[in-house]
Amino acid sequence: MLKRETQDKLLFASTWAAASITILFLLWVVWHILSNGLSHVSWEFVSSAYTRIGESSGIWSMIVSTVYMVALTLAIAAPVGIMTAIYLTEYAKAGSRIVQVLRFCIESLAGIPSIVYGLFGMTFFVTTLGLGFSILAGALTLSVLILPVIIRTTEEALMAVPMSYREGGYALGSSKIYTIWRLILPSAMPGIVTSVILSIGRVIGESAPVFLTAGMVTKIPESVFDSGRTLTVHLYKLTQELFTQHEWDQAYATATILIVLVLVLNLMTKIIAARYNKASH
Amino acid sequence: MNKLEVNNLNLFYGENHALKDISIKIPNRQVTALIGPSGCGKSTLLRTLNRMNDLVPSVKISGEVKFEDQDIYAGHDVQQLRMRVGMVFQKANPFPMSIYENVAFGLKAQGMRDKKQLDKIVEESLRSAALWDEVQDRLDTSALGLSGGQQQRLCIARTIAMEPEVILMDEPTSALDPIATHKIEELMDELRKKFTIVIVTHSMNQAKRISDKTAFFWMGELVEHGDTHQVFNQPQDQRTQGYVSGEFG
Repeated sequence: MLKRETQDKLLFASTWAAASITILFLLWVVWHILSNGLSHVSWEFVSSAYTRIGESSGIWSMIVSTVYMVALTLAIAAPVGIMTAIYLTEYAKAGSRIVQVLRFCIESLAGIPSIVYGLFGMTFFVTTLGLGFSILAGALTLSVLILPVIIRTTEEALMAVPMSYREGGYALGSSKIYTIWRLILPSAMPGIVTSVILSIGRVIGESAPVFLTAGMVTKIPESVFDSGRTLTVHLYKLTQELFTQHEWDQAYATATILIVLVLVLNLMTKIIAARYNKASH
Repeated sequence: MNKLEVNNLNLFYGENHALKDISIKIPNRQVTALIGPSGCGKSTLLRTLNRMNDLVPSVKISGEVKFEDQDIYAGHDVQQLRMRVGMVFQKANPFPMSIYENVAFGLKAQGMRDKKQLDKIVEESLRSAALWDEVQDRLDTSALGLSGGQQQRLCIARTIAMEPEVILMDEPTSALDPIATHKIEELMDELRKKFTIVIVTHSMNQAKRISDKTAFFWMGELVEHGDTHQVFNQPQDQRTQGYVSGEFG
C-alpha cells in the first residue's frame, strides 16, 4: 500500500494531467485550423460568390444559406420544444404513463445518429411531402434532430425554478397560464436561451442530414423552397476534392469561419446567462 | 361570526391519514394559532383552507370546508378563493423581479393595468406591511436584495394587495431572527383589525403573544381548541397539558 500522502499526490497529478491534455488538444485543434485558415480569410472571401475555379471564389451564399437554415430551424423547433417542455413539467402529472412514454421517446430520439434523420428527411420531407431539396426540408429535418435537446434543456431550466414561486403565484389567485407566462418562464429564461443558442451550434455543425435534405446548390436561395449549401456541407464538399493548394486554403478558411462562429455563439450564451443572473439577483 | 368552518375533514396523502375527522370554527377578525409537534397536521390543515393541497397529486379529501357558508371544495372557483384567502409561507418567497412588480403581480394577473391605481395599491400595501419607509426609494430594485425579514413583509404586502379577508400564515417567522420576528408580530397585531388570521407556529410563546384562539393538534387529530388563555393555562386534555408545559414536542 502506498502512503496516503503519495496517493493524494498521484491522484492530483493524474487529474491535472487529464485536464491539461484536454485543454492542449482543444488549443492545438483551434491553432491548427486558424494558422492554416486565417490568412486566407478576407472580406473578399466572405462576401464573394463561390466559383469552383478562380482566385476570387468565396462563401457568401453558404453564409446566407446557413443563416436561413438556423433561423428557420429555430422558428420551427424552439416553440414546439419549449411548449412540450412546459407541458411535461407544468401540466402533465409527474410520473404518469404519458410522461414516461414521452420521456422515453425524447431520449431515444436524442440517441439516433443524425444520418438516420437525414434519410428520413430525404424520404418524407423531400419526396413524400414534395418539398424537394430545399432549405425548408432541411430545417424540418434539423428541427426533429434538435427537438430532444431543446426539450430536455428547457425542462431542466423549468424544473430548476423553485416550487415556492409556483406556490406564491397560485396563492395570489393567479391563473396557471399567467403564473407560467409571467413568473415561471421568465425565471427559466437564461436556461432556455442557453439551450436555444447551443442548438444553433448543433444546426451549424450538422452536415450529413443537411445535404441529404437541403441539397448542395451553391447559389443564394431565393426562398425556403430553394436548395442551399450550408457552411458545414460546403466544408464537407471541399474536403472531397482537395487537389490544389487553393482548395486546401479554401477548406481551412471555411473551417476558420465555422470555428469563429461557434466560439462567438458560446461567448453569447455566457454573456446572456451572466446578464440574467445579475438582473435577478 | 365564523369566517371559516371545517366539518369532519379527513385528508390522506396516499395511504397516510394526515388529518383525522377535524372540525373547527375560525372566528372573524381574530388570530387563530395552530400549534402541535412536527407532522401533527397543522400545516396540512392550513393548506386545505385555500386549497393549496390541490397542487399535491396524491391528496384525497373528504368532509367540508366552509368559507362564509360555501363549501370551498364543492365547485368553488379556486382562483377567487385564493384571492379572498391569502397565504404567507414559511420561507419568504419573493419573485425574482422588482419590489414593485412583486406587490403588483397578483393585481396584474387579474388584468389591472391602470398605472395610477396600481401605484396606489402598491404603496398602501407596503405601508400596511410596515415596509414602505424602508423601500420607497428603491421600488424598482430586485426584491431578492431585501433582508429575510423584509422579504417576508414584502410577501405579506403582496398578499394584502389582493384585499383578502383571511390571511393564512405558515410559520412565517421560523426562518427569521428575533428582531425581524418581533416586527412581524407587531405587524400582525395591526393586521388583526382588518383580517382574519390563521397562523401555524412552532413557538408557543408566539402563539401566546399574538393569538386569540389556539388549536392544539396531535398526530392528525384536533385535541383541543379554545381561547388561547384557556388552552395554555387550563388545558382540558393531558396531551395539551404536556405539550404547552414543554414536556414534549
